[in-house]
Amino acid sequence: MGLDRFSQYVLTLVLSAILPISLFSTSTLAADAMSSAASETDSLAGPIEQAFIDIKSDDAALRTQAAAVLIEKGNASLISRLDEIRAEADRSVRQAIKPVIDLLKNHANLTSEQADTRRSAAADLVGTGRVEAITWLEEAAAKEQVWWVKYTMEESAQLIQLRSDEQAVKLSAIKKLGELRSQNGLSALKELLEAGTQSGATEQQRALADSAQTSIGQIDSWGWWAGSIETLFRGISLSSILLIMSLGLAIVFGLMGVINMAHGELMMVGAYATFITQQAFIAWFSPENFDWYFPAALPVAFLSAALFGLVLEATVIRFLYGRLLETLLATWGVSLILMQAARVYFGDLTAVIAPQALRGGAQVMIGVYLPYNRIFIIILSIVCVLGIYFLLFRSNLGVRVRAVTQNRNMSACLGIPTRKVDSYTFAFASGLAGIAGWALTMVGNVDPGLGQNYIVDAFMVVVTGGVGKLAGTIWASLGIGGLNKLIEPASGAVYGKVFILVGVILFLQWRPQGLFAAKGRNADA
Amino acid sequence: MPEQVVSHQDSRETLLFYAVGILFLLVVPLLNVLPAEDSWLHISDFRLNQFGKFLAFAILALGLDLIWGYCGVLSMGQGVFFGFGAYCMGMYLTLQIGKESVYGSELPDFMVWTQVKELPLFWYPFKSFMGGFLGAILVPVLFATIFGFLAFRSRIKGVYFAIITQALAFAAWLVFNRNETRLGGTNGLTDFKQLLGYRLSDPSTQRGLYLITVIALIASYLLCRWIVASRAGKVLIAIRDSESRVTFSGYTPWMFKLFVFVVAAGLAGLAGMLYVPQVGIITPAQIGVLPSLEVVIWVAVGGRGTLIGAILGAVAVNYGRSILTNYFPEAWPFILGGLFVVVVTMFPDGLVGMIRKLTDRKKTPAPLIKAEGSTAA
Repeated sequence: MGLDRFSQYVLTLVLSAILPISLFSTSTLAADAMSSAASETDSLAGPIEQAFIDIKSDDAALRTQAAAVLIEKGNASLISRLDEIRAEADRSVRQAIKPVIDLLKNHANLTSEQADTRRSAAADLVGTGRVEAITWLEEAAAKEQVWWVKYTMEESAQLIQLRSDEQAVKLSAIKKLGELRSQNGLSALKELLEAGTQSGATEQQRALADSAQTSIGQIDSWGWWAGSIETLFRGISLSSILLIMSLGLAIVFGLMGVINMAHGELMMVGAYATFITQQAFIAWFSPENFDWYFPAALPVAFLSAALFGLVLEATVIRFLYGRLLETLLATWGVSLILMQAARVYFGDLTAVIAPQALRGGAQVMIGVYLPYNRIFIIILSIVCVLGIYFLLFRSNLGVRVRAVTQNRNMSACLGIPTRKVDSYTFAFASGLAGIAGWALTMVGNVDPGLGQNYIVDAFMVVVTGGVGKLAGTIWASLGIGGLNKLIEPASGAVYGKVFILVGVILFLQWRPQGLFAAKGRNADA
Repeated sequence: MPEQVVSHQDSRETLLFYAVGILFLLVVPLLNVLPAEDSWLHISDFRLNQFGKFLAFAILALGLDLIWGYCGVLSMGQGVFFGFGAYCMGMYLTLQIGKESVYGSELPDFMVWTQVKELPLFWYPFKSFMGGFLGAILVPVLFATIFGFLAFRSRIKGVYFAIITQALAFAAWLVFNRNETRLGGTNGLTDFKQLLGYRLSDPSTQRGLYLITVIALIASYLLCRWIVASRAGKVLIAIRDSESRVTFSGYTPWMFKLFVFVVAAGLAGLAGMLYVPQVGIITPAQIGVLPSLEVVIWVAVGGRGTLIGAILGAVAVNYGRSILTNYFPEAWPFILGGLFVVVVTMFPDGLVGMIRKLTDRKKTPAPLIKAEGSTAA
């Protein structure tokens, strides 16, 4: 890339020395090469300077003409001057200058180093509808390396051509858009189809409608696939959140027979810990190190939630072992207190700014856009599952935890400190909730109701999955998260929840103890 | 529950019940009517109305106590049945507004502004008082029968049942909040004018409603007592203490549970029906997860496993709330949460248990609730 631009730059310089006329075309190639831009403006001084004068004129026709000249011959180096004029000018002049600035800016951005910037510039050029932009887009597309930026450029060029007055150009644009499976062109194509099928339509309009119909068909069938893949992705993403939450719940439930209704609020603690870490970075570190707050917040979130859990275990839950319903009620009380404390202390809306690496997303295929933050959460949940697996099944603590889960008294007789195992496990599960909260800051605001949004679903997962079974929790969260997102588009989020509830109740008719039930004498213990 | 203390406890509870009954049926209304307005004995119309609301809540608490305190089944969705009852009566009252509404239309106001042209079909039964009255009892009963049948038959119990009912409360709250269910959305039903021709703004109507609530509460109490004292009541307590043994003795616990769950739902519906005309508004906020849980805390504070405890708890907690939210509006969730923790960990027998400890100093008090573990699923 760097070499490319360098050669371009040299070429521009050489050409500008030999053949001043050729700059009309090369200037578009090197819009962001500022130093060369200076020499161009010098040699172009005549028409451009004239245009700068004309654009301030009172005559609308003159202004339009000047704008056209500026768009055709200008480049990004003019923007600051135009901005100056715009700041002082009256309304009609401002209106004339605005599209010029937009076009020049987007034109320059087409060769920006950021793929996202190039892409949004290409998308923005459609709105201007200027014919000049078609050439820019085609030239940029020819050189583009990233396929989805190239795709957007081609799509935008066709979208502008669709507005052309010539029948042949229109037809070819319609056909191309269909081949491109352009989702953005769908509404324009549908308008053409509607215009062509009305009773008073001309022959030409009907031809357009015919061709539009084929293209719409192509786009729609593609869109269905793209939509399904996105739904699947959203389902997995929600499942991952539910999974991280439910894992902690399920471990505590299985091991200690404690229903922790405050689990959602421990998650909230993790989220606020992330928020506080962010504020600390803003206050004490330089802005370029800001993004490090996010990795730094991970241990903070884990430890603070674990600490809360440890205190909760020592002060409340300790007294309630073996009394399931009581633990449920007492932890509900704790959750109310934590929620209100957060509301009083932090207020209602506090947001965390995502680090640069997690902003944006990946365009994996046409019409399918996967945000990085969701991908991050999916990966995190996999890591969590693996971590728990190793902790439970490959470590000393894990052996003890499982022993206590199976038979508390026998374990105590064999010298396992069951009380310690309990409190460590509870703290660990709380820490997991903290990690869930840490990750959730990437997808939503940090607010006191954070935990409440997920707690009911998470409990549904635990109930469906069966108690204390890792596999059951994983399958149930995949099922419930997936179903949620599958139903949502058809019936809305609210009825989705109702359907899930009905589904869970019916499921329990078939499997009263959940997917993976404890068998034998443990079943009713 | 050991056999020998039952009669002893019964007589004391009866005494307490007479005291509470006389207080609310005679003393409170008389103090409202007789003393002069500025006398310290005087109970204002506002307070009387408030007590009416609390007593409606007490009926709701009685139902929960029956199923939780006696049968060991914790339902965290009582608010839903309360809501069904309240909405049924609310729909009748809404239709009674008629042309007095803001827009002067026969249709309820919220339908006018949500562009509904015709009364939805399911509103028609609520044009008559009998429709509202029967609906308020039958809708929750019917719903509880279906839900309870599915839940209990597949032996969902203990915390599983609690969690499922909580999800039910959550789902119901979501659905009632929607505008397309034609129940007023987030705003609920309000602005009622008259009930059977009596103006609701008239203090004498409110006094009448108060008396009706007290009488309904007494009747509910007697019904619950009759159930608890019957042979079926003994089976209920046995189910609470050890469900497996009841099954092995040849009973089908789920039928008993279903029965008592349906009774509790009916009582909740009755409570909702009495609540609406006294408070004048019903919104989805009354049927969510938190309101359903508050019922649990009333019963826990009063002392579960004693019917009078449910009544005392409902009145005491709500009275405390109405006073405290006046002075410290932000502190109420802290107090409520603290109540949950403290009552559950330290006073599992609630107010009634404490009264018993005070009066029983010489004898060793018998625990109302056997140290649990049997309810653990």
